Amino acid sequence: MQWDVVIGLEIHVQLATQTKIFSGSSTAYGAEPNTQASAVDLAMPGTLPVANEAAFRYAVMLGLAIEADISRRSVFERKNYFYPDLPKGYQTTQLAQPIVGPGHVDIELADGRQKRIRIHHAHLEEDAGKSLHEDFHGMSGIDLNRAGTPLIEIVTEPDMRSADEAVAFARKLHGIVTSIGICDGNMSQGSMRFDVNVSIRPKGEDKLGTRTETKNLNSFRFMEQAIHQEVERQIDVLTDGGAIVQETRLYDGDTQQSRSMRTKEEANDYRYFPCPDLLPVVIDDAFIAHARQHLPELPDARKARFMTAYGLTDYDAGLLSSGAAMAQLFEDTVKHGKDPKLAANWLLGELSARLNSEDREPANCPVTGAQLGALILRISDGTLSSSGAKKVFEGLWDGEATDVDSLIEARGLRQVSDTAALEQIVDTVLADMGEQIAQYQQADDKKRKKLLGGFMGPLMKASGGQGNPKLFNEILRRKLDR
Amino acid sequence: MTISRQDIEKVALLARIRVDDQEVTALEQDLGNILGLVDQLQAADTEATEPMAHPLDAVQRLRPDVVSESDQRAAFQAIAPATENGLYLVPRVIE
Repeated sequence: MQWDVVIGLEIHVQLATQTKIFSGSSTAYGAEPNTQASAVDLAMPGTLPVANEAAFRYAVMLGLAIEADISRRSVFERKNYFYPDLPKGYQTTQLAQPIVGPGHVDIELADGRQKRIRIHHAHLEEDAGKSLHEDFHGMSGIDLNRAGTPLIEIVTEPDMRSADEAVAFARKLHGIVTSIGICDGNMSQGSMRFDVNVSIRPKGEDKLGTRTETKNLNSFRFMEQAIHQEVERQIDVLTDGGAIVQETRLYDGDTQQSRSMRTKEEANDYRYFPCPDLLPVVIDDAFIAHARQHLPELPDARKARFMTAYGLTDYDAGLLSSGAAMAQLFEDTVKHGKDPKLAANWLLGELSARLNSEDREPANCPVTGAQLGALILRISDGTLSSSGAKKVFEGLWDGEATDVDSLIEARGLRQVSDTAALEQIVDTVLADMGEQIAQYQQADDKKRKKLLGGFMGPLMKASGGQGNPKLFNEILRRKLDR
Repeated sequence: MTISRQDIEKVALLARIRVDDQEVTALEQDLGNILGLVDQLQAADTEATEPMAHPLDAVQRLRPDVVSESDQRAAFQAIAPATENGLYLVPRVIE
């Protein structure tokens, strides 16, 4: 049987505020455990939450970026459940009156077509702390530094039909939130976490199948793998005459296995009610207008600008503009290295390959745009050959030096472009290659091209790898072509 | 509107409050009375009334996004039952 896949996403985006959503504690990542957990975050008796203006500003910016309705009045509710990393015994969140209403995000499909993914709503809430289950004498350790970090949870309609579409959407959303600066986008630190709702139905059927939810995926790759695996699992179950059970699943990216989280039925009864500690938040038109005025460039607009201002192809512009960090790298590189096409080639070639092989985000790229720009200048002015440039790039990446010119000197990578010096090398090398010269001169044009390569090896060797290959080529032809 | 023993037992479980049979009987009576009052309120015509999220007719004041809390871990952990390496220790939880 043929199956349709239906996917909806819930995305938790950590907002890049300085402080928590309801307290003045720092949200900086990586602090010593519990040093950023104040009395409010710990739910000490008698404390009261005070809402953070920046969290609302960021939520409004997101709403504007996805062309959503923005609620003038939003209400916080309590979602009640017990877990040790949730000190209050409830999560303060929004349900009936979220800050951001229906909106949409347009994604580009593999065949170039656009597809609109509808956003159901987005609401503000607080993050929980972290539980560490390593052995503390049979106990669990709790770090509440993350407790109270502002999150915006974005909920899509079930509009995606494949893992590819879901990943395209996730990447696009990542590009939007990092471009408008409301999230650092650092997925390995949990700044963006995806819950994936998957169901399948026989092709042509209108009614949705029973869905499962796979929680807390923190990389695009894991998300793709988890969806493929869940679709396969559901097809197997249904083909064997079984039924899909609505459940929450966990995917372990390391073992590439998913498993059902055994949750009691009662656990889903959250008994929401409006939080008596917080008054309704009212956003006025001036607040929204101010956010609109200060909304940074969105990925789609940036892509168009990259094409017109730098003459990039649609494909290159798309890749370079989708994320804020990569776009910034590109613009910095061009600023220092001039040649946009060469900058694009290096960023999408060498640099992206290194990022991928080390599973790094562009935001954590060890080479700066200024460095790459300096490197490109040295390629353009003939100082570096392409192989020399690669060596300099490696040196920058590995932190061997921070300055391109001193790396070139230290490693002796300066290309020799002095024609007289190169001629001398050519003469010396050719003196021992009489046989090859005769062979070359008897060959036709097509063969000659091939045979020319046979001289390049010895020439590069004789010049210690520093001879300008283009000039060697010219000199050779001048001397051999008769 | 009435409340059943099962309702009370379920709510008690969700709230992690232990109640014995005798207490359930007493609660059935008490909560039943409260729900009776709610029934009376339900009879009021609220067609033209907007639902309230809060009894005060006021809006939330927002706080500027500036760090105002300092590290007071030592003070908080002095009253915790168990800590180690800066972590609060709790009975082991496994998902």
